[in-house]
Amino acid sequence: MASSSTTAAEPHAGHPPRLAHQFDTPAQQFESVVQGMWLFLATEILLFGGLFCAYAVYRANHPEIFEYAHKYLDTFWGAVNTVILLCSSFTMAAGVWAAQRGRRVMLSVMLALTLLGGLGFLGIKYVEYKHKWEAGLLWGRHYQPLYPPGHHGEDATPHTPASPAPAPPPPAPPAVPAETPPPAAVSADAADPSWNLHAFDSGPRGLLLPGSAPPVASEPQPVRNVHIFFGIYFCMTGLHGLHVIAGLIVIGWLLVGAVAGRYSGGYFTPVEVGGLYWHLVDLIWIYLFPLLYLIH
Amino acid sequence: MAEHASTHAHSASDEHVGHRVPLWVLAATLAALLALTVLTVSVTAWNFGRAVNLWIAMIIATVKATLVALYFMHVRYDKPIVGLILVGSLAFVALFIGLTLMDAVEYQTYLADFRDSPPPGYSPPEMPGERPAPAPPATPPSAPPTDGGT
Repeated sequence: MASSSTTAAEPHAGHPPRLAHQFDTPAQQFESVVQGMWLFLATEILLFGGLFCAYAVYRANHPEIFEYAHKYLDTFWGAVNTVILLCSSFTMAAGVWAAQRGRRVMLSVMLALTLLGGLGFLGIKYVEYKHKWEAGLLWGRHYQPLYPPGHHGEDATPHTPASPAPAPPPPAPPAVPAETPPPAAVSADAADPSWNLHAFDSGPRGLLLPGSAPPVASEPQPVRNVHIFFGIYFCMTGLHGLHVIAGLIVIGWLLVGAVAGRYSGGYFTPVEVGGLYWHLVDLIWIYLFPLLYLIH
Repeated sequence: MAEHASTHAHSASDEHVGHRVPLWVLAATLAALLALTVLTVSVTAWNFGRAVNLWIAMIIATVKATLVALYFMHVRYDKPIVGLILVGSLAFVALFIGLTLMDAVEYQTYLADFRDSPPPGYSPPEMPGERPAPAPPATPPSAPPTDGGT
């Protein structure tokens, strides 16, 4: 914080109170802060780069996993989340616009809208994660799908197993439910003859604990190692989700400051820097959405 | 408070910092981003082949990311060093992914050779999800698994 030659009671006389010693002008200080933020954003890009690298290696070598498993994701909700993030990025940019002009009310409204957008994104993400949890679409040996791909849209409807991600009931090969009612933990989806995964007891044998029952899968899984897709999916969307949460904390703090009138046309650096962070979160989702949801 | 955009500083102390991107530019950017989102979703209705579809999706995503960076993050109006930081980090990510991919793909022939003609005495681990062996007789669905796999 700048210690200025003027008193705090007279912030606009001479030396701006927010100007640190080592800078000549507020503009120079602002540019320096923005450059520092960009250096941080570069490290963020490199951080996500590692996950994108894992994605690229697995997809290059096993495209069939991705083409099969992405059908478990709901493109509609992914697209809605994309639109939400893009709109919240716009409201953030409009908030900076307002801050630059010292419009406190508009800045507060825009920050609140951005906050709402981020919360909406997380809400949809929660619904998606919850469904995957209940359907056994998880990483590693927790990948025990209860449903075939393409049944992702009916979150509200039948399939809520008694306990999260239980091992699917073994005696349910595709032919059997045709005459007998499906067991309680299996939804009506199990009666779908096109679906042959629910009898699949576990992930790869190598991850089974010794002594556990051998899998009852009589139908081989159409694609091996689908759990890798979900490992990558949860790592990438999870890290992105953590960034959304961090961004929301920052935006909430900015909103408090904006309502309190802490920012002016001459000093809105936190708004600017927080906005840059939020845009980066948006930018990463721009790549995650087609890479995870829009595989053809 | 300042009524509206004046391109001049209000006073020496309220010096205007940062570039002021006009609101209509931001709105136009949002419109373009939303249009590109619709495009990238709808283009998956056509199958151009695995690689072409991926390239189309990545090109659209890159156009969107460029729009966000140039206007929302106003890299276009910032000093060149900011763009250099951004492009530099992306270049290193590209280098990282590119070299790793080259290496990983290179080993696939060895893995395929191993899979197709394993050394004598090697028994592969049993995997429930293994593709069926060339001709496993159709096991009855409820029979205990005799792991007719590989």
